[in-house]
Amino acid sequence: MAKKPVSDETQSNREISIEQRETEGLSLGTIVRRRFFRHKAAVASLIVLFLIALLAFTSVGVVIGGSGKLVVNQETGRLIVDGLRIEGWWKYNWYENYPVLNSGGTPTLSLWPFQIGEHPFGQDTLGKDIFARVMRGIQQSLLVIALVGTIATLIGVIVGSVSGFFRGRLDSLLMRFTDVIIIIPTLVLGAVLGRTFGGNAVSLGILLGLIAWTGLARLVRAEFLSLREREFVDAARVAGASNARIIFRHILPNAIGVIVVNATLLMSAAILIETSLSYLGFGIVAPDISLGQIISEYNEAFKTRPWLFWYPGLFIVLIALAINFVGDGLRDAFDPRQRRLPRQGGAWQDLKKLIAERGQK
Amino acid sequence: MLGFVVRRLAATLVVLLVASFLVYVLTAMSGDPLADLRSAGTRQALVQLASLEERLNLDVPPVLRYFLWLGGAAGCLIGRCDLGISIAQGEQPVIDALGAAMGSTLQLVTLATILSIIVGITIGMTTALRQYSGYDYTVTFFAFVFYSLPIFWVAVLLKEFGAIRFNQFLDDPVLSPLATILISLGLGLVVAGIVGGGLKTRVRVFGISLLLSLAILTLSSLTQWLKSPSLGIIGVILLTSGLAFLITILNRGLDDRKAVWTAVGMVAAVAALWYPMQFLFFFVNNPLGILAAVVILGVVGFVVGTFFGGDDKKEISRLGAIIGAASVLVLVLDQMLMRFEEYKAAISLKAGFISTIGAVTPALARSDDMWLRMLDSFGHLILPTIALMIVSVAGYTRYSRASLLEVLNQDYIRTARAKGLPERTVIMRHAFRNAMIPIATIITFDIAGLIGGAIITERVFAWQGMGALFNKGLQAVDVNLVMGFFIVTGAIAVIFNIVADVLYSALDPRIRVN
Repeated sequence: MAKKPVSDETQSNREISIEQRETEGLSLGTIVRRRFFRHKAAVASLIVLFLIALLAFTSVGVVIGGSGKLVVNQETGRLIVDGLRIEGWWKYNWYENYPVLNSGGTPTLSLWPFQIGEHPFGQDTLGKDIFARVMRGIQQSLLVIALVGTIATLIGVIVGSVSGFFRGRLDSLLMRFTDVIIIIPTLVLGAVLGRTFGGNAVSLGILLGLIAWTGLARLVRAEFLSLREREFVDAARVAGASNARIIFRHILPNAIGVIVVNATLLMSAAILIETSLSYLGFGIVAPDISLGQIISEYNEAFKTRPWLFWYPGLFIVLIALAINFVGDGLRDAFDPRQRRLPRQGGAWQDLKKLIAERGQK
Repeated sequence: MLGFVVRRLAATLVVLLVASFLVYVLTAMSGDPLADLRSAGTRQALVQLASLEERLNLDVPPVLRYFLWLGGAAGCLIGRCDLGISIAQGEQPVIDALGAAMGSTLQLVTLATILSIIVGITIGMTTALRQYSGYDYTVTFFAFVFYSLPIFWVAVLLKEFGAIRFNQFLDDPVLSPLATILISLGLGLVVAGIVGGGLKTRVRVFGISLLLSLAILTLSSLTQWLKSPSLGIIGVILLTSGLAFLITILNRGLDDRKAVWTAVGMVAAVAALWYPMQFLFFFVNNPLGILAAVVILGVVGFVVGTFFGGDDKKEISRLGAIIGAASVLVLVLDQMLMRFEEYKAAISLKAGFISTIGAVTPALARSDDMWLRMLDSFGHLILPTIALMIVSVAGYTRYSRASLLEVLNQDYIRTARAKGLPERTVIMRHAFRNAMIPIATIITFDIAGLIGGAIITERVFAWQGMGALFNKGLQAVDVNLVMGFFIVTGAIAVIFNIVADVLYSALDPRIRVN
C-alpha cells in the first residue's frame, strides 16, 4: 500500500512532461500531425482507404473522357467503353458477359485454403464479373466523394466566412438561402436534381457538392462570428490589414480545425447519399456503375445469390467507416479538449491489479 | 411567447415558399410528363394528351405555373385544398393520394423518432457516465459502424435475418444451450458495464443478470412462450414491477422509503385493476379506451403517492402518476398479446408474425378490433422502424455522450456535488436537463433526414407511403405529386422547428424568447 502514492506521482509527472513536450516550440501543423498519428484507428483507416483506392483504380483500369457509353468495337466485335481506356491488371472488365464458371456463379474466393480463383466475388446470371463491377463502383464512389468534398467545402467556407465576417444584410440573406436548401431533405433535392443532371459520377458529384455545403457554412459562420471579436483581429486591423488579409491570414487558419473535421464527415455522408440515390435510380445510372446501383439491381436475388449483395455493401460500409474514423482522429488532433485520455481503471485493470496484489501476498 | 412563435412561423413559411418554388421548377424541368402519350401517336392518345395538357397547364412555363399551383395550395388555408391531379396515380387528385399515404409514413417516422430518442439518449448518457470503460469503447465503435451503414443495405439484411429467419425460429422457438449461455453472458457483460462501480459490484451485477437471463431464456424455451406469447396477470405484475423499479431508481432512488412504498402500492393497484380494465378495453375498443386507462391509472398513482407521500407529497404523487401512466404500456401489450393466436390464424400460413411487405395485412385493415389492428401494424412496423432507427440511434448516442461529458465538466456540477447532493440528483436534475438542450435542436433537424430515409425504407419494404409517392412522382415527372410530398415534409419541418424553439426555452431558463 505504501507504494501507491509514489506511482500516482510519477504518473502525473509523466503527464505533465507529455503536455510540455507536445507544445514545445512546435507549429500547429506539427502538433496536429503528431496527435493524429497517435490515433491508431484513424491511421489504420487512412491506410485502408489508400489500399482500397489503389485496388479499385489499378485493377480494372480507368476511362478518361469520352461519353462513357458502351459501343461495339468494329474490328473485334467486342464491347468497349467510349473514351480513353487505360487497362488495369485484372483480366475482366465490368461491362462484358463471361461464361458462368461455378454453378450459378458462386464466388471462387476462399480463405482456407486461400485462393482467389477466376471470379473471386462471383458472377451474376449473365456472367458479369462482380469483382470488376464492384471495383468500378468503388472508383465512382471515390470520385463522387472527392468532388463533393472539394466543392461543398469550398462553397461552405466561402458562404460561412463571408456571412460571419461581414454580418448585416449580406449575412441574413445568405443564411436564409442556406435555410432554403436545408429545409429540403438532401435525398429529395439530390433525387430531383439527379434525375435531370445526374447519370454519371462527375455530374452527380458536382451537383451533390452544390447542395451539401449548408451544414459546414453554418459552422464556419459561427466560428467566424466568435473569432472576429478577438484581439488579434483588432491588432491586424489597426496594423492596416485589408479585409481579405484578415479573413485569409488571420481568421481562416484559426477555423481550420472545424473545417477539416466537418469536411471529412461530409465526405462520409456523400458516399451514403450517392449510393442511396443510385439505389433509387436517380443517381449514377446504367451503363455506368455505382455500388448502390449494383445492390438495387440484384435486390431480389439475395436468397439465391447473396454474393451479389454482400460485396458492394461491405465496401460502402468499409469506406464510410474509414472516413468516419479519420474524421474522429482529426477531431482529436485539432481539439485536444475532446482527446481520449489513456484508459485508466475499468474492470480489466481492476482484475489485473487484484491478481498482482494477490501475488505479492 | 405567442408573438415569438408567430414571428418564427412567418420566417419559416417564407423559407418554405422559396424552397417549394425551387423544388417545383426543378422537378418540372426534369422531363416531359406526357412523353409516353406523345410517343403513342394514336388518335385516342392525342385527345387525352390535349386534355391533360390543358388540365396540367403545360402551356404555361414552369416558373409561372408554380404560381397557379400555389393559388390552389393556398386554398388549403381556407379549407378548399386543390393540389392538382396526379398523372402517375391515374389522374387521382393529389390530396386523396396524400391522405391515403400519409398515415402509414407518419406512423413509421414518429415511432422511429421516439424510439431512437429514448434508446439513443439512454445509451449515450450511460456511456458518458462510464467514460473510457470497455462498455464505452464498444458502444462508440458500434455507433461508428451504424453511422456508416447504408440504409437500403441494412433493410435488405433485416428482411432476410430479422424476418424470414426469425419467423422460422418463432415456429419452433427452442434455443440451443450454447446460444442460451452466450446470450446470457453477453447480457450480463452489458448490464455490468452499464451499472459500473467497483469490481465487487460489477461481479455481483454480472452474476445476477447472468442467472436471471439464463432462467428466463430456459423457461421460455421449455414453455415455448415465444410461440404464443402472452402476459396474463402474472406477466403484467412482473413487467409493472420492473417498470416501477426502474422509474423509482431514476426518480428518487431506493433509499427513499416513501417512493418504494408508492411503487409497491402501484404494482398492487395495477394487479387489482387488471380485471376491471379488461371490461374497459373490451367495451371501449378504440384509442379513447387507452386514454381513459392512462387517466385512471394516473389518478390512482397520484392518490397512492399522496397517501404515502408524507412530507414530499408533491414529488411522490408525481412519481405515482408517472408509474401509473407508464403501466398502461404493459396493459396495452397484454391486450395485444391476447390476440396473438387469433392474429396468427388470420394471416396466411406462409407469412410469419414479422412482416416484410406493406404497412397492414389487407384482410385485417377493416377489422373492428383495435387491438388486433394494433398488433398487425406492430408486426409490420418492426423492421422498417429498426432500419430507420439504426442511423439515428448512432447519431444520438454520439451527441448525447459528448453533450453530457461537456456538462459534467461544468463548475455547477462540482458545486452540486460539493454541497452534498446525491449523485442521482446531480445527474438527473443538474446534468441531464442541461445536456438535453443541444440535443433538442439536433433531433428536430433530424426529422427531415428521417423522412428522406423513409423514401428508401418504404421502397425496400414495399410500403405504399409518402416515400413511394415521391418515387413514383419523380419517376413520371409528376410535379403535383412531388409537390404534395414536399408540402407534407415541409410542414413537418416547420412544426418541428417551432417545437425545437419552444423546447429550447422550456429547457433553458436563460433563454427568454421575448
